[in-house]
Amino acid sequence: MAAEVNAPASARFGRRSPLEVLRTVFGPVFQLFLFIVGSALALSLIVVLLALMQMGSRPDILTRALTILPQVIIDGLVRGFLFATIALGYTMVYGVLEFINFAHGEIFMVGGIVGAAIGLMLFTSGMLAGVPVLLFVAIVVLAGMVVSGSLAVAVERVAYRPLRGSPRLVPLISAIGVSLVLQDVVRLIVTNTPMGFNARYHTPDFGSPIRLFEIDLGERVVPVIVSPKALVFISVALLMLIGLNYLVNATRLGKAIRATAQDRPTASLMGINVNRIISLTFLIGGALGGAAGALFGLNVGAVNPYMGFIPGLKAFTAAVLGGIGNITGAMVGGVVLGFLEAFVSSYLSLFTNGALSGAAYADIAAFSILILILIFRPSGLLGEATTQKV
Amino acid sequence: MALLELQNVHTYYGKIHALKGISVTVEKGEIVTLIGSNGAGKSTTLRTISGLEKPRLGEVRFKNQRIDTIPPHEIVKLGIAQSPEGRRIFPRLTVLENLEMGAYLHDTNSPTYRADLERVFTLFPRLYERISQKGGTLSGGEQQMLAMGRALMTRPEVLLLDEPSMGLAPVLVEQIFEIIETINGQGMTVLLVEQNALQALAIAHRGYVLQSGEIVLADVAQALSENEMVQKAYLGME
Ligand SMILES: Nc1ncnc2c1ncn2[C@@H]1O[C@H](COP(=O)(O)OP(=O)(O)OP(=O)(O)O)[C@@H](O)[C@H]1O
Ligand SMILES: [Mg+2]
Repeated sequence: MAAEVNAPASARFGRRSPLEVLRTVFGPVFQLFLFIVGSALALSLIVVLLALMQMGSRPDILTRALTILPQVIIDGLVRGFLFATIALGYTMVYGVLEFINFAHGEIFMVGGIVGAAIGLMLFTSGMLAGVPVLLFVAIVVLAGMVVSGSLAVAVERVAYRPLRGSPRLVPLISAIGVSLVLQDVVRLIVTNTPMGFNARYHTPDFGSPIRLFEIDLGERVVPVIVSPKALVFISVALLMLIGLNYLVNATRLGKAIRATAQDRPTASLMGINVNRIISLTFLIGGALGGAAGALFGLNVGAVNPYMGFIPGLKAFTAAVLGGIGNITGAMVGGVVLGFLEAFVSSYLSLFTNGALSGAAYADIAAFSILILILIFRPSGLLGEATTQKV
Repeated sequence: MALLELQNVHTYYGKIHALKGISVTVEKGEIVTLIGSNGAGKSTTLRTISGLEKPRLGEVRFKNQRIDTIPPHEIVKLGIAQSPEGRRIFPRLTVLENLEMGAYLHDTNSPTYRADLERVFTLFPRLYERISQKGGTLSGGEQQMLAMGRALMTRPEVLLLDEPSMGLAPVLVEQIFEIIETINGQGMTVLLVEQNALQALAIAHRGYVLQSGEIVLADVAQALSENEMVQKAYLGME
């Protein structure tokens, strides 16, 4: 019996084949891709249907709706990746500690402030124009990751770890306290430096918008453009998501994170230093949040100490939408929410003939989703069904 | 000098006094069994040895070094592994990943790691058949095998087993006890917690009877299984 088992065994259970690694890493990314395509198609279809319904009274509405569609999809992608990268921080911490780190929005904000501070320093020293764009992006993203990641680890150490084992509400309240403290400490800092409350995010020249293609409407030609900053945002976010999936699914440390999330005392019986894994989780989540903050600031051009609140809440919504504790879910929830928001903010005023301003209702749409999900499907879009719960 | 030694250990859960000063020794190469009814404190004893609970009083020594003050992951490193009560398989990790977690402290590129895996698959061929299956989808018996295999992957000198026969069909119970004997025959020291006193005493060298957090009897296994009180209380004999 034993001999029969041994021969094939040694052939199979050694190292995982590169193909298997690719599958574990790109499986979730592929799932994400499907959700991106799916939600873009579904929402576009709804737009077309709504336009057709109004064709009688407003003959030009279909053309108007279609000409902005590619732009709306790009906007949705940017928002989606923003929410996805922040949502990962919520979901990873929840996966390991079953605790919602409400200070995570501020970790994101700090990443933005760090990026803006670097931009300002380069600007005042007159070096900014000479810095290549990609180098600048690399610097602000890495700095955001380091500062926010370390900050998240420190916050856990000081404000959450001593409360471990106390009732669930206690660390939650501590997190809200941390969130307020971080906002005000950062405000104190920025208002006492040349940055100011609403700090401008200086960047080198990213060049003019890139024309992807043009839509020929006969009488006029509508270009579809993407700003280089948005392109940078999407690319960096995608790289980080792939990196995270590799880390969590294909490395020893990633498996230790998953084991710790699934059963903390038993993980310690394997020789896993559970406290170190928890710190690592905060480090990764914080670093992703910091990078998102640095990129977000770069994209919108200004940062302030309170800018983390709304994106934080929305990313939390995205995490819940995808099934909190589920890594693929956070990414999927992020892009789905991003698309929804982009579509609502662009099309609502078009279809209500200007009666409702889309931009104002986008937030309402996002938070209505949170409420609906909590009521009807608290386990989220992917919920328990998927395998990639941490 | 005993390999593993508990001296006058008191462990509490809040105000609950779960272990009331127990002393246990385990010599190298032995199978020692700890029997007792529900709530006697058997699991608490193993949890205290592994460092999951800290004794309020008393000492736990391994190779004459105090281990009751160090965290669980350090205790594993010293060579004490546990297959916990209820198996506690990582449900969303595969069988292989569960075993990899057992080998967390070791280099998984080394030939020793492969040898460890081969040993586990030789003891439990069923696990090899289920290698890519998620732990949570295994049957109870398979989960027990995985829990023991995972503990062996840490390369322990002492194996703590908490009710390995719980909830298993009689054939499987038989098989698990045989495997414990096999592992012991290969030189492993075993501390076995069981409610299945008859079979535990059959394979053990020595035994302790635990009652409400206190050791009430300690003897060689043979003598314990002939003891009138043990027969009445734990072997179901009148
Ligand atoms: N986490 C806990 N909190 C409070 N009390 C506990 C806890 N775990 C165990 N106890 C109590 O400690 C005592 C000993 O429990 P323990 O689990 O060690 O018993 P056991 O001998 O393993 O029982 P069983 O055979 O049912 O597994 C019991 O009275 C139990 O209620
Ligand atoms: Mg028990």
